[in-house]
Amino acid sequence: MSSTVAGLVQVGLLIAALAVVYRPFGDYMARVYTSTRHTKVERVIYRTARVDPDSEQRWGTYALAVLGFSFVGVAFLYLLQRFQPLLPFDFDRGTVSPGMAFNTAVSFVTNTNWQSYVPETVLGHTVQMVGLTVQNFVSAAVGMAVAVALVRGFARHRTDRLGNFWVDMTRGVVRILLPVAFVFATVLVAAGVVMSLKSGVTVDGQQVAIAPAASQEAIKELGTNGGGIFNANSAHPFENPNSWSNLIEIFLLLVIPVSLTRTFGTLVGNRKQGYVLLSVMGVLWALMLTVIWWAEANGIRPLEGKEMRFGIPASALFANSTTGTSTGAVNSMHDSFTGLGGGGAMLNILFGEMTPGGVGTGLYSILVMAVIAMFLAGLMVGRTPEYLGKKLGKREVTAAAVSILAMPTVLLIGAGIAAILPGTQGALNNPGEHGLSEILYAYASASNNNGSAFAGITVTSDWFQASLAVCMALGRFVPIIAVLCLAGSLAEQKKVPETAGTLPTTGPLFATLLGGSIVLVAALTFVPALALGPIAEALL
Amino acid sequence: MTNFLKQASAGLRVLLVLTVITGILYPAAVWTVSRIPGLHANAEAVDTTLVGVDREGDQWFHTRPSAATLPASGGSNKGELNADYDQVVAERRTTIAQREGVSEDRVPQDAVTASASGLDPHVSPAYAELQVPRVARETGLSEQTVRQLVAAATSSGFTETVNVTEINRALEAAR
Repeated sequence: MSSTVAGLVQVGLLIAALAVVYRPFGDYMARVYTSTRHTKVERVIYRTARVDPDSEQRWGTYALAVLGFSFVGVAFLYLLQRFQPLLPFDFDRGTVSPGMAFNTAVSFVTNTNWQSYVPETVLGHTVQMVGLTVQNFVSAAVGMAVAVALVRGFARHRTDRLGNFWVDMTRGVVRILLPVAFVFATVLVAAGVVMSLKSGVTVDGQQVAIAPAASQEAIKELGTNGGGIFNANSAHPFENPNSWSNLIEIFLLLVIPVSLTRTFGTLVGNRKQGYVLLSVMGVLWALMLTVIWWAEANGIRPLEGKEMRFGIPASALFANSTTGTSTGAVNSMHDSFTGLGGGGAMLNILFGEMTPGGVGTGLYSILVMAVIAMFLAGLMVGRTPEYLGKKLGKREVTAAAVSILAMPTVLLIGAGIAAILPGTQGALNNPGEHGLSEILYAYASASNNNGSAFAGITVTSDWFQASLAVCMALGRFVPIIAVLCLAGSLAEQKKVPETAGTLPTTGPLFATLLGGSIVLVAALTFVPALALGPIAEALL
Repeated sequence: MTNFLKQASAGLRVLLVLTVITGILYPAAVWTVSRIPGLHANAEAVDTTLVGVDREGDQWFHTRPSAATLPASGGSNKGELNADYDQVVAERRTTIAQREGVSEDRVPQDAVTASASGLDPHVSPAYAELQVPRVARETGLSEQTVRQLVAAATSSGFTETVNVTEINRALEAAR
């Protein structure tokens, strides 16, 4: 089988698998978030936490619950790392430094999974399982909860209630993430992923670190988290031993963001509304895959930073999917990609993580972009824009704009300051344009909660630890608050009847408008910066 | 502020319960499943051939270059326009060509580039073939025997690769 054919077969298998689960899984998730019954496990959780699962919240309370939950998540994870020597399975890896512990705590709570630490030498298995794995579950569930709250904003009328955050988050964990992760952790074990509580194994006389990888791997991909239990992430043979485990991992990181478009269509009572979002996501994903694949196949050193068992196509497929979702796991080193290939991965992130984006975050991000697109269309024809039967007035458009602008603001300020700081030069692994790309990629990855890196850059200085943590937090929570505010304001409206003047949002015109908005907003915001980094590299 | 503290304290309680479920019970359940006989041949990776570490000496097949600092894994993260790294790659090519007694243009890409994990056990069939004459000479085995070992360690699926760790173990056994 030639490399190209093998690559196409893998892409075909991936798409076929996603197509098979799309309807049942999307509908299942819709039922999860609309069911009025609580399972036994959920009742125990609500009782222990003393929350009333049958009372609904206004958007402000919903947002405070997200913030409160995330705040204690950061504090708990920080303390866990600082007190690591007191925990079992620590292997004398010691306490994690304050800057690193803070960065890591923010990173995992915000679903970014940016890793400034080397897992094999810094973290023991207890912090990995009791700290990081837990956040892999709950940070993903938070993203899904916020997305569902926004969808309710469209689906509901004349109410100030968006649902109950604790119920939405708990159900996301108990009914969606946990069962799917368990099944696929088992599948990954069968595919050869290791599951060991030891610290290392001796291979031909050399010590190689080992870890309970399978359980973490499944939720790391499924929750679009991306934080590897090993430094090389999904390039490590213990995390990703062969082509099949590789395909399963790519499937896992795409399955929820893709299927949520079906959930959305079901919840708003018109499935075509979901299909049109999926088509925009799919076209941009396929386009970027073509670019990255072609670029990597025509590189100067195409195999640098890639694993032989994957080869170029499966590395490009993984890279495109991990950056198009906000996962950030890698099976090859993006820093060693070509100017165009690495720039393509960066552009995926700069689209704002909505092709198809992270779990939940992808859906709410593209819905916010749809609001912007309809606003632009409304400006063109001089009509108050509507979307899904809701008027998009000043309050809605302002909330959408704040949500969209938060990321570029923190990204460009952060990267701009980093670029002129005297210490930055020494932190880079490559000279010239590619060095600037390393800085840009770092701040793009943090601000968009992706977590992958041009990993040659050394980010352990206080400046990088702190500034990237701030980017991750603002890039996560400013959009979340804005999205919930938008949801609250939409839910309060009555439904506007469709008229002859209503722009239909299920056809190719809307799809083009939406896709164009995604590309244009990213291009207008980032072309000047990209021109000095990856674009210059690609032209050299 | 009081509402925030109220939510945060509810959050702490929810977090603790979910920590028990997803941070302790879930990995424990997966670990238990991984012990089911027949599901995973080697979950503890005893004498694993999943990873490759280079052995010193001309009697062995060599892996690809590694940028890892064991026991940790990792790649070089060198960009393709990095001129200093061009030098490193050129030196590797010269060394390998001399070691195998061939011209430099016969040294394949994978032989001179570092893998992503630094633990890649695989090389291309071309790089394996390049090493056959030297290994045969140094071990006293016939080239045909060595080629048989290479063939046994070759897997073809979406990619055709040769597992160096496997061949070297077989060489050890053949001695």
